[in-house]
Amino acid sequence: MPEMLSLSNDPILFLSVMVAKILVVFIVVVLIVAYATYAERKIIGRMQTRLGPTMTGPLGLLQPIADGLKLFFKEDIIPAQSSKFAFILAPMMILVPAFITVAVIPFGDFITVGGYLVPLHITDLNVGILYILAMAGLGVYGIVLAGWASNNKYSLIGGIRSAAQMVSYELAAGLSMIAVFMLSETLSLRGIVDAQAGSVLNWYIFSQPLAFCLFVITSLAEINRTPFDLPEAETELVSGFCTEYSSMKYALFFMAEYANMIVVSAITATLFLGGPAGPFAGPINLLLKIFFFMFLFIWIRATFPRVRYDQLMFMGWKVFLPLALLNIVITGAVIVF
Amino acid sequence: MAKKETMTINMGPQHPSTHGVLQLVLELDGETVVNAVPHVGFLHRGVEKLAENRSYHRALPLTDRLDYLAPMSNNLGYVLAVEKLLGITDQIPERAKVVRVMMAEITRIKSHLVWLATHALDIGAMTVFLYCFREREAIMDMYEKLSGARMTSNYFRVGGLSLDLPEGFENDVLEFIDAMPGHLNTYEGLLTGNKIWQKRTIGVAKISAEDAIDIGLTGPALRASGVDWDLRRDNPYSGYEDYDFKVITRDGCDTFDRYTARLDEMRESCKIIRQALDKLQPGPILADEPSVCLPAKKDVVNSIEGLIHQFKIITEGFKPEEGEIYQGVEAPKGELGYYMVSDGTANPFRMKVRPPSFVNLQALPQMIEGSMIADVVAAIGTLDIVLGEIDR
Amino acid sequence: MSQAVVAKLKGAFAASVLDVKEHRGEVTVTVKKDEIVAICQFLKDEAGYNFLCDLCGVDYLGQEPRFMVVYNLYNITTKERLRIKTPVEEQGACVDTVSGVWSTANWHERECWDLMGIKFAGHPDLRRILMPADWEGHPLRKDYPLQGPGRDPYQGRLS
Repeated sequence: MPEMLSLSNDPILFLSVMVAKILVVFIVVVLIVAYATYAERKIIGRMQTRLGPTMTGPLGLLQPIADGLKLFFKEDIIPAQSSKFAFILAPMMILVPAFITVAVIPFGDFITVGGYLVPLHITDLNVGILYILAMAGLGVYGIVLAGWASNNKYSLIGGIRSAAQMVSYELAAGLSMIAVFMLSETLSLRGIVDAQAGSVLNWYIFSQPLAFCLFVITSLAEINRTPFDLPEAETELVSGFCTEYSSMKYALFFMAEYANMIVVSAITATLFLGGPAGPFAGPINLLLKIFFFMFLFIWIRATFPRVRYDQLMFMGWKVFLPLALLNIVITGAVIVF
Repeated sequence: MAKKETMTINMGPQHPSTHGVLQLVLELDGETVVNAVPHVGFLHRGVEKLAENRSYHRALPLTDRLDYLAPMSNNLGYVLAVEKLLGITDQIPERAKVVRVMMAEITRIKSHLVWLATHALDIGAMTVFLYCFREREAIMDMYEKLSGARMTSNYFRVGGLSLDLPEGFENDVLEFIDAMPGHLNTYEGLLTGNKIWQKRTIGVAKISAEDAIDIGLTGPALRASGVDWDLRRDNPYSGYEDYDFKVITRDGCDTFDRYTARLDEMRESCKIIRQALDKLQPGPILADEPSVCLPAKKDVVNSIEGLIHQFKIITEGFKPEEGEIYQGVEAPKGELGYYMVSDGTANPFRMKVRPPSFVNLQALPQMIEGSMIADVVAAIGTLDIVLGEIDR
Repeated sequence: MSQAVVAKLKGAFAASVLDVKEHRGEVTVTVKKDEIVAICQFLKDEAGYNFLCDLCGVDYLGQEPRFMVVYNLYNITTKERLRIKTPVEEQGACVDTVSGVWSTANWHERECWDLMGIKFAGHPDLRRILMPADWEGHPLRKDYPLQGPGRDPYQGRLS
């Protein structure tokens, strides 16, 4: 049994492996973000009897790059009446938490590098879930800040909506997670993956179906996707909090949205679908699960209308929250007796 | 509690769901609408003033541009009004009448499709939008075959039609109405049973029958409030009395019922179109009224008399006797009325259009006060307004 | 039916009915403008004309009185139409509002004021509706230039 690679037994190798892992994960996430926009346009296009992008490159595959270039060269407009510092800060405050959440997600078991075992995750926090919740909580500041700093009433309403929505749905999402780590008896994501190891039937989707449904729905609301895309609701609030943004800042909002989609899919896969477990190599299994959830999110977007603000609040507080609590009680009862 | 402050927000004239250039000044208390004031007129082109300076034939293209989503309904109202002013209503040949009814109903479907598309998009259901536009495209192609134009068809003429139906047109129509009920079921499959759709529409933007009559609502918006009134049945024109169709009414008075009423109206329109196809017999398409109608093209090209005849009608027009009439037709959006006054010259002395959208929009503040911002866009959608005819 | 209504109207407002005409099967009653609100209320309550289809002004430039305000009424129960007209002289050009009788008259009267320059006394909100708020003149008047104020007349063909 080889030894685990750590800072003490080979610092240089450890650091370079660490940097390599971070780079690979970051690049993969950015690539998925770029091609998620393409996939969304293609899939929704097909569902809506359109073709989606076809002109840029073969099958339109260069479309994300063209979009990126276009956004990069657009004039960056900062409204004269806006609060400049907050206006510039806001997109970053949304994007950064979205990306750093990926750090705790295990994407495979162990590989051997230079005679040492290297775990396939960037870090394994023993409070991994709390970290995820904390980062999700940070994301909302960016949106509120963007809405407020734009000095635009539509943006402000979007920001307020988003704050209320995220706060109320975070609660239900968090509570539905509790049932999971009541079973796994750990907060570390690695630990949760290990607890589901063995057979497919050990996956928590089978023992916690209610928690799974709750988590998928509430996280849909947390990342502001249809049918919960109230903060940006084009047809009511004219894009809400990002009305005044242009150029790369606008692109950052969109990258954050897709990064959040990836993160939420990855967390759902980790918590309920055994993470990297499956028939193929670990990272590929995880990616497949992520793609499945992203497809689901895109499919939902093509199908559902948007809910109304008061109905959203009603669902969050009067349906999902009691259900999540009930689930905890049932889980607790089953564990005890 | 602290002092209650409201926020005033400008919705439009540039806003994705005001269906054009409507401006709404909303006074909001949080997300609740306290007061709403519509401002219209951004698209005012002076159609009525222009019509007073043109001969009757030449004023016809102006009417296409009123409700540009249902051009043939506007044409129909105008030609019927002028025919009534001339007193030649009885002389319109059967074939022209049948084609008019057929095209008016196809236009109704066309207009309702755009309504459903934009209404669903406003509420967030994007897919229905594109499905509806797919079907609308088929209608646009029919328009193009028939008149050469996809939007501003200008196909009817005072006294009949400008051209006979092109070859194979009946088949196109038949294919379309065979497929349409299936498409309608698709839309219903995406929306009617959808919980979110129901929550967004049931009980939203209610208006009672009394209020609706008082404020002047017409068309599907009025019938969904339980008032059984359809000009096609009650004051028939262009031979509508010979068709068998139901007038769709609902009692819910809300957005959902207006939605189902319009969908059922499209099904009824399909029935009317089918009956019209059965009635379609070969025959003349223009009234035998040389002082009003243009001669056939072959006469114009082949004989000097025909050329002079056409020249006289084009340059001088025709002169209805002094008098005034009002002709209302059941346009897709409600009662479209033309009040025309003739002073015995070749130009209309006064042409007043009663646009259904203009009057229907008046009900908006009443419908949305006390509801949420999201309901404002639902209410605008359910009223089915077109700014081209509101602003004229 | 229309004849019966006209007879009834003549009975109730004998002094106000100026003229009754029938053209292409449509009855037009011309009444004095002083009692227009009472007449409309009477037609709504007693004769069942509960729906105001349309309200507009017509400019008979050169005639005296210059304007006509036209009310197109509809009876939803019997599906009958009736037209009421009332002459308005150029000086002052003002009629009493019927928006108290039918709320729908509100915007129609605003439009009539905007385009024709006929005021409606007692109207709750008489602002311009189609033209900008600071517009001068009333475009649908016959003496208003087609090209708009302060521009050369149109040189091309109109019709």
